[in-house]
Amino acid sequence: MANIPQKIIHEYLRHDKKFPHVWCAGCSNGIVLGSIIRAIADMQLNRDDIVMVSGIGCSSRMPVYVDFNTLHTLHGRAIAYATGVKMFKPNLKVIVITGDGDCTAIGGNHLIHAARRNIDITVILINNNIYGMTGGQASPTTPHEAIATTAPYGNIEPDFDICNLAMGAGASFVARTTAFHAIETQNYVKEAINHNGFSMLEIVSSCPVIYGRLNKKGSPADMLKHMRDNSITLAAKEKLPKEKTEGKIIRGILKRDERTEFTDAYAQLVKKVMGGKHE
Amino acid sequence: MSKKVEKDRVGTIFREEEAQEKMEVEVTEVKERGDKDSPVLIYYNWCKRCGICVAFCPTGCLGRKPDGSPYVANPEKCIHCETCDRLCPDFAITGAKDK
Repeated sequence: MANIPQKIIHEYLRHDKKFPHVWCAGCSNGIVLGSIIRAIADMQLNRDDIVMVSGIGCSSRMPVYVDFNTLHTLHGRAIAYATGVKMFKPNLKVIVITGDGDCTAIGGNHLIHAARRNIDITVILINNNIYGMTGGQASPTTPHEAIATTAPYGNIEPDFDICNLAMGAGASFVARTTAFHAIETQNYVKEAINHNGFSMLEIVSSCPVIYGRLNKKGSPADMLKHMRDNSITLAAKEKLPKEKTEGKIIRGILKRDERTEFTDAYAQLVKKVMGGKHE
Repeated sequence: MSKKVEKDRVGTIFREEEAQEKMEVEVTEVKERGDKDSPVLIYYNWCKRCGICVAFCPTGCLGRKPDGSPYVANPEKCIHCETCDRLCPDFAITGAKDK
């Protein structure tokens, strides 16, 4: 039993079983987890109405620590499982926690098709630019010329812009923020969960132990300061000249529109075909 | 040979006990101080000494021990902004007003 008297810890975390968590010292995943449970506490959702689904990876350890309905599934297949859960029980709030490698490399196919269908699940993608758990292999979001254990002389591949990918595939809510901006993350998580349709929230995070050490990014606090100093809001980007915004992380809600949600469309189809006989 | 092994084992056990004892003393110290007058409460069992809370404390309320763990250096400077709360990756610190 934790002696620390923070209400959210006692209410939403499996604090007496699973803590301290496995993440390395200074890993941003813990900050993101804090922002997510604060958002859920603000929304006053019933814990039984939330399903947290994840695949494999550092960030995908998150459902282990929260006291909701949780599913820890195959590598990259979190969105596929989440689609199944949502189709069977459309009243549940399904949150997918996934990493950059899990979601865009191994599960890239599931991502684009869930976005195309516009099914009402919330994907929270924690982007730390590397495969942290397996020892630092280059992932699709490792920046150009960054060092990884599979790219010891610098990565020659260009990196993915995950938000553009999700927007192109048809996601109806796309936002990006960083782990340092904890209050912004909390607000965006709330908006993403409330949005009726596929919501993709990319949270730029830091891996001080592997990515930071290979690329000489300094201490965990230095990496968070880098996020603070190198990110600008969408509104600021539109005002500044182009050369000043190059290489910056753009934060903000990048896309929000309303279109037919998949489980609604399915319910309508059932009604149309069965003519009210199914219930 | 067997004597050496036994000696080593005793040594290890001793070290573990010592560490455990030290940790317990620290925790009770913080508990007592936190319950009475400290504005910030640190839970050392979960702290991984990453130094984020100290680096981002806006008023310099927190300081760092030689081993890297945080302590409340200037309790009077705390403004209950909860920055340490939100940025701690380990849920090991709280500066909230109503704890």
